[in-house]
Amino acid sequence: MSLKNLLLQKRSRIVKKWCDVVLRTYPEQSQSFLKKKDPFGNPLGHTIAEGIESIYDELLQGAESDNIPLFFDNIMRVRAVQDFSPSQAVGFVFGLKKVIRKELGSEILKEGISEEWAAFENRIDGLALLCFDIYTACRQKIFDIRVNEVKKQSHRLLKMAGLAYELPGDYEHPGYEGDLKEGQVNKSE
Amino acid sequence: MADIPESWKVPPPKAWKLSTPEELVKDVDHRPLSLLGLEKGWMRTAPDVEIKPGMHCHAALPKRLETVDMPNPRQWSAMDEDWKLPRNWKEIILEGFKDRLGRFRSFQLFMDICVRCGACADKCHYFIGSADPKNMPVLRAELLRSIYRKYFTTAGKLLGPIAGARELTLDVLREWWYYLYQCTECRRCSVFCPYGIDTAEITMMGRELTNLLGLNIDWIAAPVAFCYRTGNHMGIQPHAYKDMIEFFLDEIENVTGVRMSPTFNRKGAEILFITPSGDVFGDPGTYTCMGYLMLFHELGLDVTWSTYASEGGNFGFFTSNEMMKRLNAKMYAEAKRLGVKWILGGECGHMWRVINQYMGTMNLDIAEGSKLEEPVSPITGTKFENTKSTKMVHITEFTADLIRHNKLKLDPSRNDHLKVTFHDSCNTSRGMGLFEEPRYIIKNVCNHFYDMPAGTIREQTFCCGGGSGLNAGEDMELRMRGGLPRANAVKYVHEKYGVNKLACICAIDRAVLPNLMEYFVPEVDVTGLHEMVANAMILEGEKEKTVDLRGEPLPGREESE
Repeated sequence: MSLKNLLLQKRSRIVKKWCDVVLRTYPEQSQSFLKKKDPFGNPLGHTIAEGIESIYDELLQGAESDNIPLFFDNIMRVRAVQDFSPSQAVGFVFGLKKVIRKELGSEILKEGISEEWAAFENRIDGLALLCFDIYTACRQKIFDIRVNEVKKQSHRLLKMAGLAYELPGDYEHPGYEGDLKEGQVNKSE
Repeated sequence: MADIPESWKVPPPKAWKLSTPEELVKDVDHRPLSLLGLEKGWMRTAPDVEIKPGMHCHAALPKRLETVDMPNPRQWSAMDEDWKLPRNWKEIILEGFKDRLGRFRSFQLFMDICVRCGACADKCHYFIGSADPKNMPVLRAELLRSIYRKYFTTAGKLLGPIAGARELTLDVLREWWYYLYQCTECRRCSVFCPYGIDTAEITMMGRELTNLLGLNIDWIAAPVAFCYRTGNHMGIQPHAYKDMIEFFLDEIENVTGVRMSPTFNRKGAEILFITPSGDVFGDPGTYTCMGYLMLFHELGLDVTWSTYASEGGNFGFFTSNEMMKRLNAKMYAEAKRLGVKWILGGECGHMWRVINQYMGTMNLDIAEGSKLEEPVSPITGTKFENTKSTKMVHITEFTADLIRHNKLKLDPSRNDHLKVTFHDSCNTSRGMGLFEEPRYIIKNVCNHFYDMPAGTIREQTFCCGGGSGLNAGEDMELRMRGGLPRANAVKYVHEKYGVNKLACICAIDRAVLPNLMEYFVPEVDVTGLHEMVANAMILEGEKEKTVDLRGEPLPGREESE
């Protein structure tokens, strides 16, 4: 039996256990709440459950999927502002390897598909890197928001005091592509 | 009682599973709770209380506290080992605790009657977004209750941890401070409490106690000091306040071709208008402020602005009840000085909770001998009976009444590019039950309105994540965690209906939600209600409008090239 078939066969077990890996990164007293199925009352638990299941399914599809980054983004956007170090925030991805080894280790040996398994493991490593990229992008976003907030709060006052300089609307930029569009104020929109 | 249908039968015995004696006694333990290690759970203070950056606000600068004579002004930081507390800090806290138990019956009740049923546990936006158990309202309150039991109840004094009591130590104080400033006093949890415990009021008492030691945050203490000195949170002086509004007049004229002429501090006006200073100085509230100006002009309302009562917000509310009263007083003093008949209030959150819930026993005596009377709309003749005691009308009540009586010329198609949802602000919804008026206005000024799912709106609305003085920059992670449930519901209507505008009626929302949206749902922008009203309003003598108040093109009316 191919690895894919084995993974499909044990899908619900593996998904549940991988989900538990994520939930165990949260305090014990809160874990039963996070398992509640309520997309609006428990957005964190819902995002994790939905994301983990979908990522697993996409992973089995084989080809690189556009949806995987999307589901990781949903999960990481929250974990990036929670009490985690970067490694703790991302670490759950590797948990999938452990879960699969535990569930399918003997079958993999029996079926002689360890090469296929090694390739699959590499893909999981790739997911972890992707996840880390998303984590850092979220952190960067937080820093940008902090800076822009200060600018927004003071912009009107500076403008009133004649201390903010804006390029005139008809100003023509000297031929290079900068970060700012013509006539745009250096503030966040 | 409902009749039992004839078809009903006793479930067959095999469906029942009888426990064996061994199973039944499994959970019974003769050892006291302390030996079971229960105090090592939520009652353990260190090392659980690791004060983390991003999760708390900067400590108050000494000059803020000095301005309003608050105790223990000094330079300090929550990250410091030494918080520079007075030597007798423990005495001060316990004395303050005792004093408040005696003065506030609600506080005494809330300390006694909680049965830890847990109904509130998963209702707090900070718990939902962080999964930190100490953000469960019941546990946040237990932080104080455990001290109450130890020092003010016989059982707690005798039995200690077994009765859920614990010593007041520095670690406990640090834990108090950390979690009391992780509550936005939004009161969502109280909606679910079967005993009606107002957990926000427990936080308020806790903050009063920390303030006895000078443990405030600068994001609250600075607006308090500024407000006391100049009348508004930003410390803007009267001439700058007036300048800013005149600056808006230029912008309005550019867009509409109509020049307005508001008055300031005018004695004998019929109405005094008070709004949060955030509307005057911070985007996108400024566009809402332009909306007020346009509405008043179009109606020819006999209204005046005050450069003294230039703030609707009241950060004293987040400090102590005395400070709340002190800062609120200017509104009624100014109404009396100017001789107005009633006060119209702008789109603000906690200003309305102060007015609606506490005014009855706060500053109404100041208004004695003034010309204030039961508010009546001069345009429609509607009596606002609900404001008989406070003499203060919410602008959405006022505008909804105008629309109901066809007093505004509106072209909602000017807002056709907007798909709008509405965020009920905690204070106006849970604090005064204002659900229908804002929705009625939105439905009349735009054609596409979609409510967020039940359980996330109206009295169960989720906080923006930055209320009660927590909308600083340094606690951005805290704000994003707390804002998750709100953002999640917005994301849902964005994905389902293409919603691109989040309307709200609170200045703190307008400051907090744009960042929350930028992080979680960047396709959605934030607006005040009266910005949309103004954009839909057809002004007498207006030029052909091609852009809205933000200078963005109106759909189908773009200037021809």
